[in-house]
Amino acid sequence: MSVLLNPGLVDQVRLTGEFDAAACMNCGVCTAICPMGLGLLPRGLFHQVLMGREDALATHTETIFSCLLCRMCEECCPAGVHITENVRTLRRHVNRTRFGLKEA
Amino acid sequence: MAIPTGDTIGILSDNLRLRQSVMPIPKKRATGWAKKLNLPRGGPTVIYTGQMYQLIPYIETMVAAQERLASSPLAGMTGLGRRMNRFVNIMRFMARPAASTAAEYDRVLTDIALLLQTAGVDFGYLYEDDLYSGALAHDLGLDAVVALHARRVLEAFKRHGVRSVITVDPHTTNMLRTVYPSLVDGFTVEVKSYLEVLTTKSLQIRRDQTKDLVIHDSCVLARYEGVVEEPRQLLRAAGVTLNEPENTGRLTWCCGGPVESLYPEKALANAQRRVDQLRTAGPEGVTMCPLCLANLRRGAAGTMQFQDISRYLADAYVSQTEVS
Repeated sequence: MSVLLNPGLVDQVRLTGEFDAAACMNCGVCTAICPMGLGLLPRGLFHQVLMGREDALATHTETIFSCLLCRMCEECCPAGVHITENVRTLRRHVNRTRFGLKEA
Repeated sequence: MAIPTGDTIGILSDNLRLRQSVMPIPKKRATGWAKKLNLPRGGPTVIYTGQMYQLIPYIETMVAAQERLASSPLAGMTGLGRRMNRFVNIMRFMARPAASTAAEYDRVLTDIALLLQTAGVDFGYLYEDDLYSGALAHDLGLDAVVALHARRVLEAFKRHGVRSVITVDPHTTNMLRTVYPSLVDGFTVEVKSYLEVLTTKSLQIRRDQTKDLVIHDSCVLARYEGVVEEPRQLLRAAGVTLNEPENTGRLTWCCGGPVESLYPEKALANAQRRVDQLRTAGPEGVTMCPLCLANLRRGAAGTMQFQDISRYLADAYVSQTEVS
């Protein structure tokens, strides 16, 4: 299976807000304690965005919008990643690029 | 067939932009709770509801309508619904809550106002200018429309000479205290939750609340705003014995409410998991957020009782004649 990478994806995502996922050290605490059991968020999907996997945002839109923004992961993140703000940034990106929401 | 996420978000965004709320409700319904209190209009300090408690009965009926819609052929026509909604508020036809449910949530607001009056706090109310905060739209990443709306709220505060607001729910507290200053230049209004205000006042106990309660912290109040001790202090002073469940305080477990508008079945599953945790600590739970209250009640399905913290505090600190 071949995947087309977009090296500029993370810069496009950052146009809509903060995205500090590069600070993640991949320890997995966030995944382990997520009340929703979102295996892909935040760690997996954030890394896919950093790699330029635009297809991941399309495939996992429901996961992106299933996050409770409850900050349990952020409270326990040893790297201090602003996880919920990153999720909101991805939502803004999806709203703009996939849902065509130009907003006010 | 699931309702397309983009269409739902689009309708919520259009509603906030065009009608000042993600779920516009009649002004009479939003302000009716204050009818008998004769609160002054505006002033330097106001109670600010952000319409959150008033919205819950409508959200409950809307979720039921969404579930019916998702299992009907109409689920594929929500794009058309969104276009129609720009001209007429389609939620008016979908959500009509029972009067008894609305009265129960209105009572929370009345109790909070009476608590503040009992504590000697001088405050007014903005009535039809007490606008929804935009919390759900902010969660969904609709920042531009939220910024537009925050400027409306700031204008309302300026018109009424407001310098400080007392909020009644965690989401409005977070929006006004933390989010708005980052979106709107010159938003310098002081914002405190009524729980924070009450802990600074001297309250006399009128009826001892000798009971055991399981406390459920709101994620937004505990983790976003750092308010953990205040509700405990007020309840313990009233005579309540608090039972702390697994996952409490800053490590509280979300009720699931934040995803209810898009994925009600996921919200319910999460609420059921949280109720399982809470039930092991006792049969009666106390909440401090309207979303938590509604979602945990739904998750418990009668196996555990939940009340808003204001009910216990009003029973303890407000004179009987005023409460009734």
